[in-house]
Amino acid sequence: MRTATQPSLPGKDDITRTVLSNGITVLIRANYNSPSVVIGGYIFCGSLFDSDEKLGLAAFTADSLLRGSRKRNFQKIFDSLESAGANLSFGAGGHTVGFTGRSLVEDLPLLFDLLADSLRHPVFPTEQVERLRAQILTGLSIRAHDTADMAAITFDQIVYGSHPYARPDDGWPVTVQAITRNDLIDFHRLHYGPRGLVIAIVGAVNSETIAEQVETVLGTWHNPSQPDLPILPELKPLKKIVTRKVKIPGKYQADLVIGSSGPRRKDLEFLPASLGNSVLGQFGMAGRIGEVVREKSGLAYTAMSSLNAGIGPGTWEVSAGVNPGNVQKARDLILQEISRFVEKGVTAEELADSQSNFIGRLPLSLESNAGVVGALLNMERFDLGLDYYRHYPEMVRTVTPVGVLAAARKYLHPEKLAVAIAGP
Amino acid sequence: MKKNYSTHLLNNGLKVLLKEIHTAPLISSWLWYKVGSRDEVAGHTGISHWCEHMQFKGTPQFPASILDRAVSRDGGMWNAFTYFDWTTYFETMPADKIDLSLRLEADRMINSLFEEKEVSSERTVVISEREGSENEPVFLLSEAVQNAAFRVHPYHHEIIGDPPDLKSMNRDDLYGHYRTFYIPNNAVMSMAGDFKTSEMLPRIRELYEQIPAGRIPPRVAREEPVALGEHHLTVEGPGETSYLDVSYHAPAADDPDFFPVTVLDSLLAGPSSLNMFGGGGISNKTSRLYRALVEKELAVSVSGGLVATADPFLYSVVITVHPNHQPEEVLAAFDDEIMRIQAEHTLSREITRAIKQARALFAYGSENITNQAFWLGHAEMFSSYDWFLNYLENLAKVTPADLQRTAQKYFRPQNRVVGTYHPTGVKV
Repeated sequence: MRTATQPSLPGKDDITRTVLSNGITVLIRANYNSPSVVIGGYIFCGSLFDSDEKLGLAAFTADSLLRGSRKRNFQKIFDSLESAGANLSFGAGGHTVGFTGRSLVEDLPLLFDLLADSLRHPVFPTEQVERLRAQILTGLSIRAHDTADMAAITFDQIVYGSHPYARPDDGWPVTVQAITRNDLIDFHRLHYGPRGLVIAIVGAVNSETIAEQVETVLGTWHNPSQPDLPILPELKPLKKIVTRKVKIPGKYQADLVIGSSGPRRKDLEFLPASLGNSVLGQFGMAGRIGEVVREKSGLAYTAMSSLNAGIGPGTWEVSAGVNPGNVQKARDLILQEISRFVEKGVTAEELADSQSNFIGRLPLSLESNAGVVGALLNMERFDLGLDYYRHYPEMVRTVTPVGVLAAARKYLHPEKLAVAIAGP
Repeated sequence: MKKNYSTHLLNNGLKVLLKEIHTAPLISSWLWYKVGSRDEVAGHTGISHWCEHMQFKGTPQFPASILDRAVSRDGGMWNAFTYFDWTTYFETMPADKIDLSLRLEADRMINSLFEEKEVSSERTVVISEREGSENEPVFLLSEAVQNAAFRVHPYHHEIIGDPPDLKSMNRDDLYGHYRTFYIPNNAVMSMAGDFKTSEMLPRIRELYEQIPAGRIPPRVAREEPVALGEHHLTVEGPGETSYLDVSYHAPAADDPDFFPVTVLDSLLAGPSSLNMFGGGGISNKTSRLYRALVEKELAVSVSGGLVATADPFLYSVVITVHPNHQPEEVLAAFDDEIMRIQAEHTLSREITRAIKQARALFAYGSENITNQAFWLGHAEMFSSYDWFLNYLENLAKVTPADLQRTAQKYFRPQNRVVGTYHPTGVKV
């Protein structure tokens, strides 16, 4: 019953990719079906640059960017944004600080100006820095009482050990208290610059004009002091099952996370592992994990697996929220499913289901401007090529049950897993 | 506004709204039932939501494992939601796969099994869902506030239900609820996406018109009496952070006052996104309460919420209290802002700004076909789709005098419940 034009998946012929003279990469795709524009991007100045003593510095710096600039104070920045019905935000991860913004197409120049101003000329007003510090510390206090957050942090600590990925990007109360305003100024001066900065723009825009606008606001930015990314140590694999519990009194439910390290996004095993993960704990009502933990045993409302792959080693994990009295039972069922998965892999039929799901859901994931921005940034960050989504169905189809089994056996070892539990 | 959708009433009373959108090869189809937590009585609280869970447990034609496998294999997204006034099921599928959605929804309107063993395992899943919410201080507080605000009206209880009822309801209760309310003349289908109405409508008729109509049960209509005074309550629980929930009785969605109160919310706590899918929101850092509470370091965050309901519900402001201050100080500063908005004429440019924000949020939501189909049906649950189409126009008609009048009418102490979450303060 389809009738209409089917927009093609993004590819070389409809993405404009420009590299400015100062190193900024600009990706643009027009979509005239929407009166709005979405921008997104990243810059390599994440928490990997933080010392242990001042962990949270990168995140604090990113959160401070919109607190005042040379041109505008805090109220003026947000008055401009909110009066236009626009939004702009920054957030730090391990490697990068990401930004995202959205506006009606008529307000895009304003959004660019605010983005450039906050990236290049933040002034970190003392009053705003202290106000923000109190907000961050309250957030950390709430996090300390959140069973899901604490289970996730504890899981990363077990899996990554002495590797910097073990550290939470937001830091700890004591490390955030130690950060001074001068630290923020220095971090920005040293790490923020055009090298490695990527920006994607999708919406009712003309690619040529937009590239010029980006050039105007960001093209003259230079920072010779931008350091290279720190070299990360090798990840030491677990040698046995390591269990750690965080007691959070008074809670009604416990969260548990079980798993190990996983592939990098660029590793060949990523796609087979991703399809295997779908069978394990995603497909339909959360795959085999959902079937065993939720549907058959009624132990949890949320039970699923996830594969988190990025620049460095990722994680492959199963998580569930269960009644405190059922933690052991849920743990045993999950370990049993992981063992079965690693021993027998997936059936041809299960794999075909997930392959069909991966291919079939593409139009839905790329329907909105935000979805396409995410896809463009994904292709750029992991060097996948601008035709990645055009080749994607073919790549998904070539994965075999043998490939999935090999990926599962490479990363998941039932006798060497991290088990993190947070609850009463 | 040019009409770009069509409405059809099937012989059995099923209302169908269709909107062609040919921007992506997708179709989103929703089936709405006029049943929700407000149709429940004590002893059966949470039955609508549990019933929604049971709708994923299969029919003879589509056993549970087949059902979700079929939708997922085609790359579809599907889910269901239970609210105060309604329960809804949706599938967003690649356009050439939508027939599966039509067949399965027609099937489970009448043929769901509600097997005893499935009821039993789903009981603990629902209890687990509730326990997950109970981990959140703001849930505990808002539940207490809601309970206190409605002594008589069935908006009294949380949608998920009270624990004793979740432990005691049985298969017959659930199946009876299903058979009573899941009838075509108590339902609305809304569909948006890449189809031709001339082809889609006959197919819908073919699948749905054979389902017999039933007797629509009267809705529980116990009007909440006017409160006789301000109500304060406290909730204690784990954590180190205090919260305030100040909730005023608010107008129903189709009350003309709903629009000025929407603008008041925007001025006080920032614009709320109406979109359920996609679009994101707009920050609230220039809103009056943010300036008065967060910028003055009495609070670390503030948010407002006004929801579109069939009967009058609540306008709630939730505040995370700054660690160096007491909730009482925050409430005093909050009240100053309320008095200010009641006493002064709002500038018309502030209203113009609120309209621009609403227009932007509309534009963001329109990118998403699932969101478009959602609105096509959702507005029918408390008014009609015209409510949604005229929304921006009605906001634009709001005057400074309307704002002052409605602020004085609704934001009275006697019309509110003030809830405070006191953390027991155990450091982790």
